[in-house]
Amino acid sequence: MKRTHWWGRVYLLAVFAVMYTPIVYLMYYSFNSGGAMHDFQSFTLKWYRDVLSDDRLPIIVLNTIVIALLSAAVATILGVIGALAIYYVKRQRTKNALLALNNVLIVSPDVIIGASFLLLFTIAGIKLGFTSVLLSHIAFSVPIVVLMVLPKLEEMSPTLIDAARDLGASHWQVLSGVVLPFLAPSIWAGFFMALTYSLDDFAVTFFVTGNGFSTLSVEIYSRARQGISLSINALSTLLFLFTMLLVIGYYVLSRKGGRLYGIGGRK
Amino acid sequence: MTERAWRNWYLIPYGIWLVLFVVAPIVFLVYESFLDLDGHWTLSNYKSVWTPIYLKMMAYSFWYAFLITLVSLLIGYPTAYWLTKTRHKQLWLLLLILPMWVNLLLKVYAFLGLFGTYGLANALLKALGVGPRQLLFTDFSFVFVSVYIFIPFMVLPIFNALEELPPSLVDAARDLGASAWTTFRRVVFPLTLGGVKAGCQAVFIPALSLFMITRLVAGNRVITLGTAIEQHFLVTQNWGMGATIAVVLMIAMAVIVVLTGSGRKEGSR
Repeated sequence: MKRTHWWGRVYLLAVFAVMYTPIVYLMYYSFNSGGAMHDFQSFTLKWYRDVLSDDRLPIIVLNTIVIALLSAAVATILGVIGALAIYYVKRQRTKNALLALNNVLIVSPDVIIGASFLLLFTIAGIKLGFTSVLLSHIAFSVPIVVLMVLPKLEEMSPTLIDAARDLGASHWQVLSGVVLPFLAPSIWAGFFMALTYSLDDFAVTFFVTGNGFSTLSVEIYSRARQGISLSINALSTLLFLFTMLLVIGYYVLSRKGGRLYGIGGRK
Repeated sequence: MTERAWRNWYLIPYGIWLVLFVVAPIVFLVYESFLDLDGHWTLSNYKSVWTPIYLKMMAYSFWYAFLITLVSLLIGYPTAYWLTKTRHKQLWLLLLILPMWVNLLLKVYAFLGLFGTYGLANALLKALGVGPRQLLFTDFSFVFVSVYIFIPFMVLPIFNALEELPPSLVDAARDLGASAWTTFRRVVFPLTLGGVKAGCQAVFIPALSLFMITRLVAGNRVITLGTAIEQHFLVTQNWGMGATIAVVLMIAMAVIVVLTGSGRKEGSR
């Protein structure tokens, strides 16, 4: 038994070393004055200054954040309504059909979602840009929120609602006083998930972004296609730190709810 | 409002979302696939799918997706297995999930440096005496980077399945005289098959449709279905053909999901 453990540990360390090498590599060379991702010459903050003095980037960062927050907020509201709708459907077959439709956008590859949304916006006559990107982000975040809220809803004891109703609460009072507070941790988890999906999305945005409007992912892609530029490294270091903050926030919130959403051991 | 009215009210906004963003896009995609460049009805797109160029591309796409899934499974299963045996499980799991939060494009971009002519990978190869090799813009770099991106999606469902396995079953097998390997082969692996299926689905389907990895690190050597769809929609503007490939890809995926059963449930996020 001891031997397997020794082997296992070496294996895990090797896997994790490979997983973290690219990320560390990126950050390390963001301080290289040499201008390439090899031959570290001397320490510099030049690339960070470049990032901060770039006049396009602040707008793009702002776009990305506004899209993420707005789409996550709207998707959370729609997702909670959706979860309630599915929860209240009595017939099992209708329920399953709704769930299957709900999951279409989760299992579809991004390229297909992007292409079909591009068609949708073109046919509907919506100009590509802020609106189309926002609508797409809302659209692909809704099913994620539904999937995070629905299990919690199913878990809720029906006696809670019966008690509230027996005591004379209206539907709205039951919803705002009993159901939503009970769901709060999963709603927050859904919001955070939607936020990260939006921040992380590239492929769908790439299709529906049009000219003139850009988010960080799209910008990174178009810069990376032109080859290596260490300001991308500096940008990625900053983004990584920002992501860490988000992750910590997410964990604090989900710990409060007494469980870790979105990662192993959901039961 | 009565209780029933409330319940029906919930269905309205959600139903509108379903129709606008789930049903309509699929309908439009299918509709577009029957249009030619000038917007006339045609079956020519579906005819060209059966020409050698597209058939070969599809075969390549499936072959690479299969390869990526297989390598992810071969590396991911032992990772998940040993993860369940470590003492600080939650910490290791967190370390596994952390890279998933780094923007995919940045991870791909990192490999432009790592696999470059003077990058770390070539320095290692040199130290081993193999000498510098062309790594970027090869099939190898495509598979490696894709596996790198997808490995957490393979590990997580398998990890969950292993965690749900009652340890008493393993003990019983060992008590009855089964060797460690037999126990694994006859007890552990069959009981975690649900997780394996979920992981394979989570890797195979996106691997079919990647286009940014092929564009960035594989040059244009590897053309997948995803690359072709992107090409037709955004470069050559032949939307009909792009839509046709998308429809074919959707049908292929549906077949895969049906064939592999409902394994997805166990690995739900």
